[in-house]
Amino acid sequence: MKLPVSIAVNGSATSSEVEPRLLLVHYLRDVLGLTGTNVGCDTSQCGSCTVLIDGEAVKSCTVLAVQADGSDITTIEGLAQDGELHPIQQAFWDNHGLQCGFCTPGMILTATEILKKNPRADEHEVRHGLEGNICRCTGYENIVKSIVAAQSAKPAKKRASKKGAA
Amino acid sequence: MGYVGSSVKRVEDPRFIQGKGAYVANIELPKMVYLAVKRSPYGHAKITKINTKKAKAHPGVVAVFTGQDLIDSGVGVMPCGWNVPDIQIPVRQALTVDKARHVGDGIAVVAAEHPYIAADAVELIDVSYEPLPAVVDARKTTDVGVPQIHDNVAENTSFEWSLGDKEACDKAFSEADHIVDLELTNQRLIANAMEPRACVAQWNHATEEMTVWTTSQNPQPIRLLLSAFTLGIPENRLRVISPDVGGGFGSKIFHYPEEVITPWIAREINRPAKWVATRSESSVTDSQGRDHITLARMALKKDGEISGVHVSTWANMGGYLSTFAPLIPTAFYITLFAGLYKMKGVWGEVFGTITNTVPVDAYRGAGRPEASYVIERLVDVAAHELGMDPVELRRKNFIGKDEFPYQTPVALQYDSGDYHAIFDKATSIANYTKMRSDQDEARSSGRLVGVGVSGCIEASGPAPSAVAGALGSAVGFWESGVVRVHPSGKVTVLTGSHSHGQGHETTFAQIIADELGIDMGDIEVVHGDTGRIPFGMGTYGSRSAAVGGSALVKSAEKVREKLKKIAAHQLEASVEDMVYDQKEGKVYVKGSPDKAKPFGELAFAAYSAHNLPEGLEPGLDETSFYDPANFTFPNSAHIAQVEIDPETGEVDIQRYIAVDDVGNVINPMLVEAQIQGGIAQGAGQALWEQGVYDENGQLLTASLMEYAMPRAHAFPRFEIGRVETPSPHNPLGVKGAGEMGTIASTVCIANAVMDALAPLGIRHLDMPLTPEKIWNAISAVGQRTTAKVEYFGGD
Repeated sequence: MKLPVSIAVNGSATSSEVEPRLLLVHYLRDVLGLTGTNVGCDTSQCGSCTVLIDGEAVKSCTVLAVQADGSDITTIEGLAQDGELHPIQQAFWDNHGLQCGFCTPGMILTATEILKKNPRADEHEVRHGLEGNICRCTGYENIVKSIVAAQSAKPAKKRASKKGAA
Repeated sequence: MGYVGSSVKRVEDPRFIQGKGAYVANIELPKMVYLAVKRSPYGHAKITKINTKKAKAHPGVVAVFTGQDLIDSGVGVMPCGWNVPDIQIPVRQALTVDKARHVGDGIAVVAAEHPYIAADAVELIDVSYEPLPAVVDARKTTDVGVPQIHDNVAENTSFEWSLGDKEACDKAFSEADHIVDLELTNQRLIANAMEPRACVAQWNHATEEMTVWTTSQNPQPIRLLLSAFTLGIPENRLRVISPDVGGGFGSKIFHYPEEVITPWIAREINRPAKWVATRSESSVTDSQGRDHITLARMALKKDGEISGVHVSTWANMGGYLSTFAPLIPTAFYITLFAGLYKMKGVWGEVFGTITNTVPVDAYRGAGRPEASYVIERLVDVAAHELGMDPVELRRKNFIGKDEFPYQTPVALQYDSGDYHAIFDKATSIANYTKMRSDQDEARSSGRLVGVGVSGCIEASGPAPSAVAGALGSAVGFWESGVVRVHPSGKVTVLTGSHSHGQGHETTFAQIIADELGIDMGDIEVVHGDTGRIPFGMGTYGSRSAAVGGSALVKSAEKVREKLKKIAAHQLEASVEDMVYDQKEGKVYVKGSPDKAKPFGELAFAAYSAHNLPEGLEPGLDETSFYDPANFTFPNSAHIAQVEIDPETGEVDIQRYIAVDDVGNVINPMLVEAQIQGGIAQGAGQALWEQGVYDENGQLLTASLMEYAMPRAHAFPRFEIGRVETPSPHNPLGVKGAGEMGTIASTVCIANAVMDALAPLGIRHLDMPLTPEKIWNAISAVGQRTTAKVEYFGGD
């Protein structure tokens, strides 16, 4: 049995017939070919597969594609706008917030949620905000530094207006 | 150009932060089949029957194979690449046929049209088992009633190995004023790189060429092993690619069964094949780390002079010998027992035993953290028992900075160091005296505050190849490096090293930019593809900069020499009078810098070949194979301050200070990050992580629900300092930087926790120092006695 799903991903409408058991992360990776969302565990512990569903950071391995029907999803591929990095992406680059890069998409999308909920999150709050994301390379220090640094970066609005001008 | 020594931002990052990382699991090919492996749920069991009928009939299943199918087609046994004398090497098939020897041992494989179908069909394979008694404890493998796991490994002991001056060791103990005895467990760890292992293979039916993409730290040796031992496809028809790899920490060095099975199936059914491990599958198949049981003794004089150590270790090798397994508890372990100290009577022995657990091999630090744990726990307990400050006891025994090169009694010759300087810096950053007086104050109000110290040595970048061969290695430990200058002056750098997070695309470009005096942006670094790069040895043992970087320096030297010849010819001067200006990237006659020939012009001249000196070949493409003269010897002084909550037993790391000497530094930002990541990983072993097996060999920590990985909130900001004593024997003066954080932090934090518990009379607890373990120890003291206990209090 297959069920139809329609999901907006990074601003584009997508639709497909999927098995009810298909995980959202596999819909993104295998059906749409958006392989920036990584799978690091089977138990929703590592956070590598984090995406934004209707603006909320969610581990896409805990959601069935059919549950995401009708939602609006942002993956790591959809974060940069008009060739310009999102301030959090830029901060990860500037502050060496990644090594092997595998956990990075999940870290960056979780960071958007941390800063959305608490735009002035301090180091302590950022560390606790990363509770659901595991990194084996960095010891977290530069990830935390990147997220704190991203707060003082250029707001995304300015980049949007640039888009309007173009 | 001044790139080396500066914190250049990584050139590889834009693809990772935008989700464009090229990991093996992302590869999709037309007509691909997806593999799933049937694995043993038993630690030890005889396989009496395998029925694949239902699985084969399942819709969407393309084929099902067993180990016998592989054997019948000539697939060879998994090789062991390190052979110590008199070793008994168990037979390991890519898929086992007779017995399962650990949970996760592969038995059959399904190829299907979709990964979900493959997973479904695996459940339909019916395997009949006769469960056998199991052994999981390294020291119990010879006990009465324990079955022999492999027919050819008597008493489940694969090898015995010893090193050191036994006579000097015995003398040290017979003349000792004080002897410290410790029984230590260095627990089993699971590497848990965030990217699970994966393999993709494509067979070209027409040309009979195979391409294998695999999550490896060293694709060239994997190609060799696939060709010469397991799969049997000639090396010149086999291309192995390790594209972006999501962390390794040692676990992706080894040749794994799935690297054999996947290309074998791709050829067998003439369709591309893909296998991606689940995390739980990684837990029961990735080679694991550590797992030593050790009886250790240290001999001291009254004044704190360390005169000897005597160590016996039972090293758990798991159910088979993984690719480099015998190396880790032998030549990477006992050779480090001299530590930073001048002691003469050093002797150690190890028993490599086979158990019904997942195979054990190199894991970040690989033998050296185990050695540091033994020596630095002994030193710490000695300081407590002699009533000396642990920093002072260490300082009393340091090898002096003028004593290098220093020959230890356990084979190694240390290259350079200044151990007092690293401790000066660490104690200064920590404000150690105040840290101790604050601790006294906290203790007087009943708080459990501990200060831990470690001083560690590492032998990184194993070398030279001839010595490795004499010690049992089947391979050499050199590295290849190509500097290919194109006619336009752009440069491609090919390295046999492999980056799986280290940032070689940046650091190696920094090196070559400075060597040739060109812009970093004109350089592209290529690694991880046997179709593009010469044979090389890959990345492990903190060897990439020291060995791979040095190979590139040698090739850049050759490029400079050739360009000097061309410039000399064109400027009508002798080659001896030519100056290569590495700042500006130009060549001129000594004294006439105004008439210089720029790099780009000379590169084009090398290819146009219109005006070359007689006899000089056109082209500008230089290759070097660099075999280092020695290991490099990074060293460190780490200090941790912890506080234990007596109500919960929870350890709070309040401060962590790390001063490391990794020789010259190419990119300080990247080196610091290696140390930071290492500290967290080592802390994980000290406080939380453990691969736990029950008595039947069942792995109880096979997912990240049970295996406690370090998380962000558990750490303070690390305080990091650096001392640079360049390695004298490689052209960059660098030492390994990848593993010291892990080597030093595990024992540093363990020492801090034990220091915190010392007032309660608790002398030693084995890692991981979990809240439960600490709480139980505190509670036992409370019930046992209220008698006065003496401890070192810093006064």
